Amino acid sequence: MKRIDCPEIGPRPIDEFTYGGEVRRPPQAGADTAALADYVFNRAGAPGVLREWWHHDPSGRWFVLERDTRTDTVLRSVPITEVAHAVPTR
Amino acid sequence: MSWKLFKLGLTSPENEPRFFPEEKPLASHYDVVIIGGGGHGLACAYYLAKEHGITRVAVLEQGYLGGGNTGRNTTIVRSNYLTSEGVKFYDASVKLWENLSGDLDINLFYSTRGHFTLAHSDDAMRTMRWRAEVNKHHGVDSEVVDRDAIARAVPTMDLDCGGGPAVHGALYHAPGSVVRHDAVAWGYARAAAQRGVEIHQQTAVTDIHTAGGRVTGVATSRGDISCDAVVSMVAGYTPRITDMLDLPTPIEIYPLQACVTEPVKPFLDTIIVSGSLHVYVSQSSRGELVMGSAVDPAVLHSTRSTFEFVEGLADHIVDMFPFAGRLRLLRQWAGMADMTPDFAPIMGTTPVDGFYLDSGWGTWGFKATPISGQTMAATVAAKRNHELIEPFRLGRFADFQLVGEKGAASVGH
Ligand SMILES: Cc1cc2nc3c(=O)[nH]c(=O)nc-3n(C[C@H](O)[C@H](O)[C@H](O)COP(=O)(O)OP(=O)(O)OC[C@H]3O[C@@H](n4cnc5c(N)ncnc54)[C@H](O)[C@@H]3O)c2cc1C
Repeated sequence: MKRIDCPEIGPRPIDEFTYGGEVRRPPQAGADTAALADYVFNRAGAPGVLREWWHHDPSGRWFVLERDTRTDTVLRSVPITEVAHAVPTR
Repeated sequence: MSWKLFKLGLTSPENEPRFFPEEKPLASHYDVVIIGGGGHGLACAYYLAKEHGITRVAVLEQGYLGGGNTGRNTTIVRSNYLTSEGVKFYDASVKLWENLSGDLDINLFYSTRGHFTLAHSDDAMRTMRWRAEVNKHHGVDSEVVDRDAIARAVPTMDLDCGGGPAVHGALYHAPGSVVRHDAVAWGYARAAAQRGVEIHQQTAVTDIHTAGGRVTGVATSRGDISCDAVVSMVAGYTPRITDMLDLPTPIEIYPLQACVTEPVKPFLDTIIVSGSLHVYVSQSSRGELVMGSAVDPAVLHSTRSTFEFVEGLADHIVDMFPFAGRLRLLRQWAGMADMTPDFAPIMGTTPVDGFYLDSGWGTWGFKATPISGQTMAATVAAKRNHELIEPFRLGRFADFQLVGEKGAASVGH
């Protein structure tokens, strides 16, 4: 993958982006240490379609993209309106 | 014609001993099933048989022996880590490496070269001093050296890095070595097979069976097997195995790439790592420059190579060795590194009884092949973590007892 096709800023070279990792559901306020540790450390790990954070450095904006981690293809950019709910319930 | 040659001509080649004994049919039960025929899996099988008399062992490999990261790595062996836990563990491995050719009766081309980790800033010098002191405390031969010492050892290197960040000094680690990786897999495989272990290639584990919270067997591409213990030693495939048991882990898979140039006359007899320039290099006994960098920028389950990697690497290697700009690249490849948040492995018992994990080897696990094989074998035999690997247990991510090795493992592998 050399380009990321962002619906809002168009196709941009990958090296304009910084990888922000898997989108994880943050624990509720007052969650126990086990839930906190799970959020901080554990990851999906296995291949599949992952929702991930990507930072576009020149414009300083964060995007949530859905990417197939086996083929390295971006399937879609999760629209802003959906980002607040972009956390998969797993 | 000499009598000896004449006699040899009369014996048919079929009578020559095979390197590996012929494969047996898959049995319906083994005491221990090891998933993964890389260096770690084969070493574990060897030490189970040799040191614990456990020989009803099957190593199941989906592809061919050593075809995973074992056969893709740049073979740097060292013990100059940052934490006491890491230094003690890798030092025990170096000690096993030193006698391994004799132990396995195969020439591993174990070549001690010395290892320089260059520091290009005061901050980096501070980390080098820190590492040197921890190393010395544990009897490991490491010291901070100045520019002159580096210039004497590597006269061909531009210490001013072409006007980039100049080299201030380095951490020098005399035991740093390189090894012939394939021979490590073959040597352990043969020695294990000679002691009765079965090795089955082209055999993928597709599921793990449990009953009442303990392992009862595995499903494979060639049928079901029952067993008392399963040891997962699959490096870049670890999350696929732990998912079979719904066992969460912090492991993420990132590609790690490497490349070699055409062979040239020997000019570099030591191993050079630069964290600031994100490159490391050694010269193989054939004369090729073996070069690598840090992992790719994003998670990926693939062994594809990229132009971006070569471009970034070349950009920095010419800072140190300007004449390298004239060399052509011969080969480029990648492996899938099972990365952990603290750059330390994840080893030992798990919440599933009879399921053992040897993983989180990321970009640094080849050097651990002998010691991880030995300590995992002891762990499986005793059903309890060997003391050297206790700090690397999976549970450290639940009680925040991390073993931070990033400062010693992110670029130098
Ligand atoms: C480019 C590169 C450079 C590196 N450089 C260094 C270095 O200089 N020094 C260092 O110490 N380390 C280095 N490493 C890291 C090192 O290579 C690995 O950590 C180490 O080799 C892991 O060994 P292993 O036996 O655990 O795994 P592997 O050798 O990867 O073996 C795992 C095996 O499991 C098999 N397998 C997976 N899933 C299944 C299944 N379901 N059923 C059956 N079989 C399965 C795979 O086919 C594979 O053969 C490097 C890695 C790479 C990629």
